[in-house]
Amino acid sequence: MDENSSARLKRRLLGVVYRIGLFLAMLTICLPGLWIVISSLRPTVEIMAKPPVWIPQEVSYDAYVSMFSGIGKGGIPVIEYFRNSLIISVTSTVIAVAIGMAGGYAFARYRFRGKSSVFLGLMLTRTVPGIALSLPLFFLYVRLGIIDTHFGLILAYVALNVPFTIWLIDGFFRQVPKDLAEAAQIDGCTRWQAFWQVEFPLAGPGIASAAIFAFLTCWNEFALASQLTRSVSAKTLPVGLLDYTAEFTIDWRGMCALAVVMIIPALTLTYIVQKHLVGGLTSGAVKG
Amino acid sequence: MATVSLKKLTKRYGNIGIVHGIDLDITDREFIALVGPSGCGKSTTLRMIAGLEEISAGSIEIGGRVVNDLPPRSRNISMVFQSYALYPHMTVRENLGFSLKIAGAAKEDMDRRVAEASAILGLDALLDRRPSQLSGGQRQRVAMGRAIVRDPDVFLFDEPLSNLDAKLRTQMRTEIKKLHAKVQSTVIYVTHDQVEAMTLADRIVIMRDGHIEQVGTPDEVFRRPATRFVAGFIGSPPMNLHEATVDDGQLVFASGEKLPLPAQFKANVATGDRVVFGLRPDDIYPTGHGISSGGAADVHQIELPITVTEPLGNETLVFVEFNGTDWVSRMLNPRPLKSGERVTMSLDLSQAHLFATETGKTLRS
Repeated sequence: MDENSSARLKRRLLGVVYRIGLFLAMLTICLPGLWIVISSLRPTVEIMAKPPVWIPQEVSYDAYVSMFSGIGKGGIPVIEYFRNSLIISVTSTVIAVAIGMAGGYAFARYRFRGKSSVFLGLMLTRTVPGIALSLPLFFLYVRLGIIDTHFGLILAYVALNVPFTIWLIDGFFRQVPKDLAEAAQIDGCTRWQAFWQVEFPLAGPGIASAAIFAFLTCWNEFALASQLTRSVSAKTLPVGLLDYTAEFTIDWRGMCALAVVMIIPALTLTYIVQKHLVGGLTSGAVKG
Repeated sequence: MATVSLKKLTKRYGNIGIVHGIDLDITDREFIALVGPSGCGKSTTLRMIAGLEEISAGSIEIGGRVVNDLPPRSRNISMVFQSYALYPHMTVRENLGFSLKIAGAAKEDMDRRVAEASAILGLDALLDRRPSQLSGGQRQRVAMGRAIVRDPDVFLFDEPLSNLDAKLRTQMRTEIKKLHAKVQSTVIYVTHDQVEAMTLADRIVIMRDGHIEQVGTPDEVFRRPATRFVAGFIGSPPMNLHEATVDDGQLVFASGEKLPLPAQFKANVATGDRVVFGLRPDDIYPTGHGISSGGAADVHQIELPITVTEPLGNETLVFVEFNGTDWVSRMLNPRPLKSGERVTMSLDLSQAHLFATETGKTLRS
């Protein structure tokens, strides 16, 4: 066997090993999600079975049907929770992204006193686990009378997301060459026009990804929401999952069904937006 | 079309001065090149004229109007950036028409002016492409087209050719020259490449450390450099510059070797003066292989050893050893030479330069 054919064989073998490794990794990542979907379709007996039943024996949509069938018939106020989740997540995402754009732009483009300390300060807020804030926030919100309101949760989520959106959007504005805004100004734009006509479209994919992250954080957040909301008028979907726990039993099937209902919008949104997350949009602006 | 006038123009960042009060008058339709090593303040000066940098003191007039505090859009200028700065999310057509769109021009007017600029620069086939689909030279042309469309009073070029390869640079240089002939507007062109400045400009401004060293036509700055810095900066290969002391009608170099004091400087120096002697490679050549400088030549002959030769085809750069260092000379109609060979060199002292060692200023009267 000459050198070339052995090198070729080695390359093919490596390719196979690589694909097997990739499959195992993807399996590990995807299996829990798949398990939730499967569990939502089969009876509790099968879910709790030991050893686990891998292939569902009987498939039924009972959990979904009863979820929407109203209080007293095993249903929970899904529509209300969904509405709360949507209002809270969308509003706090919009606000967090707006502040993130202003802040990120300032950090990327301007020099000012205490810039790095402020930036570091923002990042340090991320080191505090959200759950640690829940008790102080609870007391504060009770005093302010904003406990169990959309506003209260929006406020908490904006505060949670702003450092992150600023950090992310700052990075994307840094990638937009300064020359472009200057060229736009020479072409007759005001500073404001130059931003909206040139810098914003180019940082768009970055801003979209910041928005997705912020939205998913709000959509999936449980710890704070479970402390700061208690009624149907403010509870979000993750908190709604608790409705399936009773004193002695947990309705795993129902819980999984609700989880699927939660995942679908998040997945759809991510899928829609990710098409716009094409990188390399700035290529060709400047040399290289 | 407009004149540009800089008066005591100054730029400071905190306590650090970048441009130290420069004065410059640029006439209408003049092509002026600001040239100098990096960090000399030429780009900062251009950006101040553009309105992209605030000025710390002094004033800028464009067409007789003081524009010190006006934003870039109110100065009626256009600028070609070193990086081209094309808008990547727009097609070539949109890039060209962007300034007109912002100004709210009518569609027909916009189309007509974009078509005109595109015709001048040969961009017709590229109008629907994105900048990322263009080569370096094409991007450069689009950047120039974008500047033309605005029909500005003054064109500003910030090292526009430095990102191109050598061949394309030469080609684009010619295009810029043709373009200036066509559009006939005032141009301020910043470059660190003295060849570009020499070939393009009506007048050259040589800057160093935030000061203007000399302003003059390419011929003036080449033949009569005002300072030692200009002498060394302009010309390729650069002028041979060596320190010497004047001693009784002779120049004595550090090694003890001597040359006669060029006649044109006799009245301006005295024995004991410390000077810098300068001679361009064109004015030192193996005897019989030089440019005849006519009847005024004051040729001094001396036998020197060759260290290295660099054949260029039509000419050879010959490095000879004098005063312990290499002097570069230009040999026309070259014949093969060997390192170490001693040849008789002709030094045309009528073309020599002398600068005061202390001030660097020329000793020519």
